[in-house]
Amino acid sequence: MDATILGAAVINGLLLGGSYALVAVGLTLIYGVLHIINFAHGSMLMLAMYGAYFLLMKAKIDPYAAIPLMVAAMFAAGYVLYRGLIGRFSHGKDENILLITLGLSIVLENVALFFFKGDSQTVTVSYSDRMVALGPALVPLPKLVSFVASLVLCAALAWFIARTDTGRAIRAVAKERHGARLVGIDVEKIFAVSYGIGIACLGAAACLLIPSFYVSPSVGHLFVIVAFTIVVLGGMGSFIGALVGSLIIGLTESLSGLFLGEALGQIGISLIFILILLFRPTGIFSK
Amino acid sequence: MNWKIPAALLVVALAYPLVFRGNFAINFGVLVLFFALIGQAWNIAGGFGGQLSFGHAVFFGTGAYCSTILQLKLGWSPWSGLAASAGAGALVGALIAALSFRFGLRGSYFALITLAFAEAFRILTNALEFTGGGVGLLLPLKRSALNFQFAERIGFYYTILALTAISIGIAIWLQRSRFGARLAAIRENEDAARALGIDTFREKVKVMALSGALCALGGTFYAQYYLYIDPAVVFGVDKSVEMLLVSMIGGTGTVYGPLIGSLLLTLVGEYTRAITDAQGLSLIIYGSLLILIIGFLPNGLVDLFKLRWRRKARA
Repeated sequence: MDATILGAAVINGLLLGGSYALVAVGLTLIYGVLHIINFAHGSMLMLAMYGAYFLLMKAKIDPYAAIPLMVAAMFAAGYVLYRGLIGRFSHGKDENILLITLGLSIVLENVALFFFKGDSQTVTVSYSDRMVALGPALVPLPKLVSFVASLVLCAALAWFIARTDTGRAIRAVAKERHGARLVGIDVEKIFAVSYGIGIACLGAAACLLIPSFYVSPSVGHLFVIVAFTIVVLGGMGSFIGALVGSLIIGLTESLSGLFLGEALGQIGISLIFILILLFRPTGIFSK
Repeated sequence: MNWKIPAALLVVALAYPLVFRGNFAINFGVLVLFFALIGQAWNIAGGFGGQLSFGHAVFFGTGAYCSTILQLKLGWSPWSGLAASAGAGALVGALIAALSFRFGLRGSYFALITLAFAEAFRILTNALEFTGGGVGLLLPLKRSALNFQFAERIGFYYTILALTAISIGIAIWLQRSRFGARLAAIRENEDAARALGIDTFREKVKVMALSGALCALGGTFYAQYYLYIDPAVVFGVDKSVEMLLVSMIGGTGTVYGPLIGSLLLTLVGEYTRAITDAQGLSLIIYGSLLILIIGFLPNGLVDLFKLRWRRKARA
């Protein structure tokens, strides 16, 4: 094996992992606090990507400049969805939440299909095709930007959870929801805020992905199983775990594609998912 | 037990294609029974057994590929293929269950691992040569009842009716047998069930094998009805979700829930296809129904019927 090809595959795998991390950090926050599997994560990402797409096409707002707007909009969407639908309809049962978020993803995806048709859309911005030399590989600038941004996002979330009052309340609810209620924390509100923050991450992810990725009603499928794998791998609720897990999965996808070929290469992620669920369902960083 | 309901349903189902003879009507009946079958297969594991699965397509696809490959490569009759695919479905079900339950996976974790297995099977059939890869497999057209390719649609109708009747019979048996009672105990409280001396591991593996076998029968029927299968459809997440929806909307853990769910979903599907060309409308309705039912009718549409009976009984 040529060292340059291998090196390029490693770099591409890490960059791919960066994109996955953008999607997985929100999912791991939602899991860590609410102990629910948010099946609607992929379709919420799709929604955010259409948001970023239309902001660019109709309002001429650059995707990177749209990040604050999309983060705020997605936070509001997540907060309202939890308050109005998920929390109210689930009667406090975890499996119901799984099914409601599944129903939600079916509705969102098909509403998108109904209005936008099945075609995929791509956007071109001035920096879409700019390449940067990175060791043996030439990588597109937007991918490098999203990689760096995923590191920043993880750090920002870790800081928020560790240092702010809301973050402390979130940690308290995640550890012991009854105890948190006893010391006067509004648990339902914290659930909705956590869900909102998890979805807000997708607002940033969408803006960072769209210069180098297409958008279609089913684009979320590409990320959903991968993101679940990452969250379980890194330990549900751990940001560092999600980041490391993303890089491992990105590398696995890139390298198994290189060695096993395009079609069979995808098996790597499923195998990791099955093995980690069987042998270490609490993730690689648990004690 | 009350034999009037199943007997009346059977009479109606037997008479239906004799009354409504058009191709559209018979195809509609086939679809209702087909989704009732795979919904019931899901329901036996997910409802009666309480093991929430997001990857039942793994059994459906196993059945579809098993009988099709046996026909194409070894020249088997599709009828023997049907039996073989039930065996293959049971085997895959037992293996996945034994592996997952041996490692103690429950609830959402079990749902995730079934999803992962379905994905692994999809990718494998998509990549391997003897399964036809991503192009899928095409069954040659040879219309004859011996070949499980009926010249008249009514032949398919009675075949799927027989399979669905078997699945409903199994559901009735589960409600009345000791095996069903053990499953109910596991579903309601697994630790308590174990404390009562129930071998929970064994019972859960058994119910997954049963569910896998029934689901695989649906897969073979699908392959014979459409004469074409490909990995994305038969192992796809959408198939798993369809089975779950049919069962959840009708009523999980009930005998007639999947049939009611299937009737409603097929009606909605055909009606929306008739009024609009736009894709997705029927699924928007299915997804909303799922959310509403979990919110307001946690036992599914079956509850609507029960309420009426209870009111009558009181009057």
